Amino acid sequence: MRLIKQIGDWFDERLGLAGPIRETIQHPVPRQTASWAYVFGSAALTVFMLQLVTGILLALLYVPSAGEAWNSLQILNHQVTFGWFIRALHGWGSNFMIAIVLIHMVQVFLFGAYKFPRELTWIVGILLLLLTLGMAFTGQVLRFDQDAYWGLGIGASISSRIPFLGPWIVNLLLGGPIIAGPTLSRFFALHVFVIPGSLIAFVGLHLLLVLKLGINDWPVPGRIVRRATYLKEYHELTSKDGVPFVPGAVAKDLFFSGFILLAITACAMYFGPFGPSGQPDPTIIQTAPRPDFFFLWLYAVLSLLPPSMETPALLIGPVVVLVVLLALPFFSGEGEKSWKRRPIAVLTILLVAVALGTFTHLAGYTPWSPVMDAWSGEPIPVQYLKGRTALQRQGAVVFQAKQCHNCHALGGAGGERGPELDRVAVELTEDQLIRQVIQGGGNMPAYGKNLSPAETTALVAFLETLHPPGQAPARDASRAIESGARP
Amino acid sequence: MTLPDGLSRRGMLMKLGLLFNAAVGMVLVVPIVGYVLSPMIRGRRAGYNSWLSLGPLGRFPVGETRLATYRNPVVTPEDGETANIPCWVRNVDGEKFQVFAINCAHLGCPVRWFPQSGLFMCPCHGGVYYSDGSRASGPPERGLFEYRYKVEQGNLLIDAGQMPTTGAPTASLINITARKTPCA
Repeated sequence: MRLIKQIGDWFDERLGLAGPIRETIQHPVPRQTASWAYVFGSAALTVFMLQLVTGILLALLYVPSAGEAWNSLQILNHQVTFGWFIRALHGWGSNFMIAIVLIHMVQVFLFGAYKFPRELTWIVGILLLLLTLGMAFTGQVLRFDQDAYWGLGIGASISSRIPFLGPWIVNLLLGGPIIAGPTLSRFFALHVFVIPGSLIAFVGLHLLLVLKLGINDWPVPGRIVRRATYLKEYHELTSKDGVPFVPGAVAKDLFFSGFILLAITACAMYFGPFGPSGQPDPTIIQTAPRPDFFFLWLYAVLSLLPPSMETPALLIGPVVVLVVLLALPFFSGEGEKSWKRRPIAVLTILLVAVALGTFTHLAGYTPWSPVMDAWSGEPIPVQYLKGRTALQRQGAVVFQAKQCHNCHALGGAGGERGPELDRVAVELTEDQLIRQVIQGGGNMPAYGKNLSPAETTALVAFLETLHPPGQAPARDASRAIESGARP
Repeated sequence: MTLPDGLSRRGMLMKLGLLFNAAVGMVLVVPIVGYVLSPMIRGRRAGYNSWLSLGPLGRFPVGETRLATYRNPVVTPEDGETANIPCWVRNVDGEKFQVFAINCAHLGCPVRWFPQSGLFMCPCHGGVYYSDGSRASGPPERGLFEYRYKVEQGNLLIDAGQMPTTGAPTASLINITARKTPCA
């Protein structure tokens, strides 16, 4: 023990850091900030460390070459001792990191921590959020599988819509004319050098600002932030009712960080690594690419936006969001901190959370996409065929053979792109059905060229049988009058 | 020694030093920026496209649409399978062809051809196209991208080499309006 102290002293004589470090970690913080609400920043830092370590470990074996990357991931997964586990830690660590960063941001927003004098801390935090999302996207690319390949295609297609510069930006993004070797190499450089380097620098700045300005005091309704008086009030708070950060407030941070590390480990062990899915071979087109969890909401938005609004929304939307986030501490730099007196802030968070949650949920079952194999994989329910005429059954065959099932569900199975057809005979008359099939409309392709008159007759005869047992199919009243029959 | 306007010898030297470094920096900027922007410069100068064979016409029966693949003309040794690019070839009537890019005109996902219903469907966001490549439904704002083609010595050739995107510089090379240049 004495030897350790002697060695420590030897170093400190030369470095002289013990004093400043002690002073830094023991700086007084408001008593109430020793709270479970204040643990997310330190947890994000802990997960970032985990990502650095596991990332370096993966780089020992990963080959950043378009022809080899996928194979090197297979070797990591199946041949290297605990290779799968390190991949799983890195993958789950990335998901946890985004989640914690977002929770941290919500907490900071609701506690008014971005207000004077912590505007710059917030702005650096926004940059850190962007960099974290950048890490998530580039990381998904390095898992060089089908999803990564087509995800890059989507990234390129979005960039190409930037006015004037778009096409050149695509070439710059891909490092050439197509998604290939140079593309992966440059995303590797981004994921391993450029973004982590910036992250380390900005995390340092973020921490320095937290130390310089002090941790945000617990928001008390009625305690108003004013530029003229805040610094004095904060100083009084910490000097009169403060506790040293170590050991006064650090215990909860330590426990929460440990818990998060444990949770990542548990997920990694139980669920294993993410992918890779199929080989990044563009000639394998039997694929339905999907982004990783935290980009699913964007996937849904891109499917649901009206076509004409898409380009403006894609190009202007992110800029508006970014400007609002960056400008927030300037137009709301003073005033109430407590969420109890800031209903708009609370509603904004709820609205954003519900919107993102809904889009993510929708992207889980993609009702906008045809189910590509429903026509061959989902049979027509037996009750729709029993006791039907030959013509009606032939119509059912047309229904399957012409891939109607890919977009229309029957008996709860099939695509959801178009409406389900279990009651279609009640909703449309025979003439309306014929017109809809032949001309399309309302987002349905026209089948006039691809159905012979006989096929159309059979198909409509089948569709006419799709109504609940006790309910008659819709019919055109004028027709009955025309033909002289009683209505 | 201090000059009349208050500029000291040391201050002068420091400013000269800064100027010297700025000058050297300017010299370095040119190759560095050129290196970073090389994919853009290459695309503008030499171009990425060239005429590629998709194989003999016999591979593409009249009235049918078949998947064809080609090796991208610009490759690097580490490209692996990523340089094998698929496309859809439609033999309209034995004389006229249409060669569609695999990439959906919405956001570039691979479209699949369904001969039974005569539709191309995209698995990502639900874009659908008719057999002639025109838009049928879903988020795309336009029809499928078309390559220019020609027939030489019984082989079908296309002018390709770049991933087609909505605002592509190859707008002049990729047939956006149904402009045809058969048998050049």
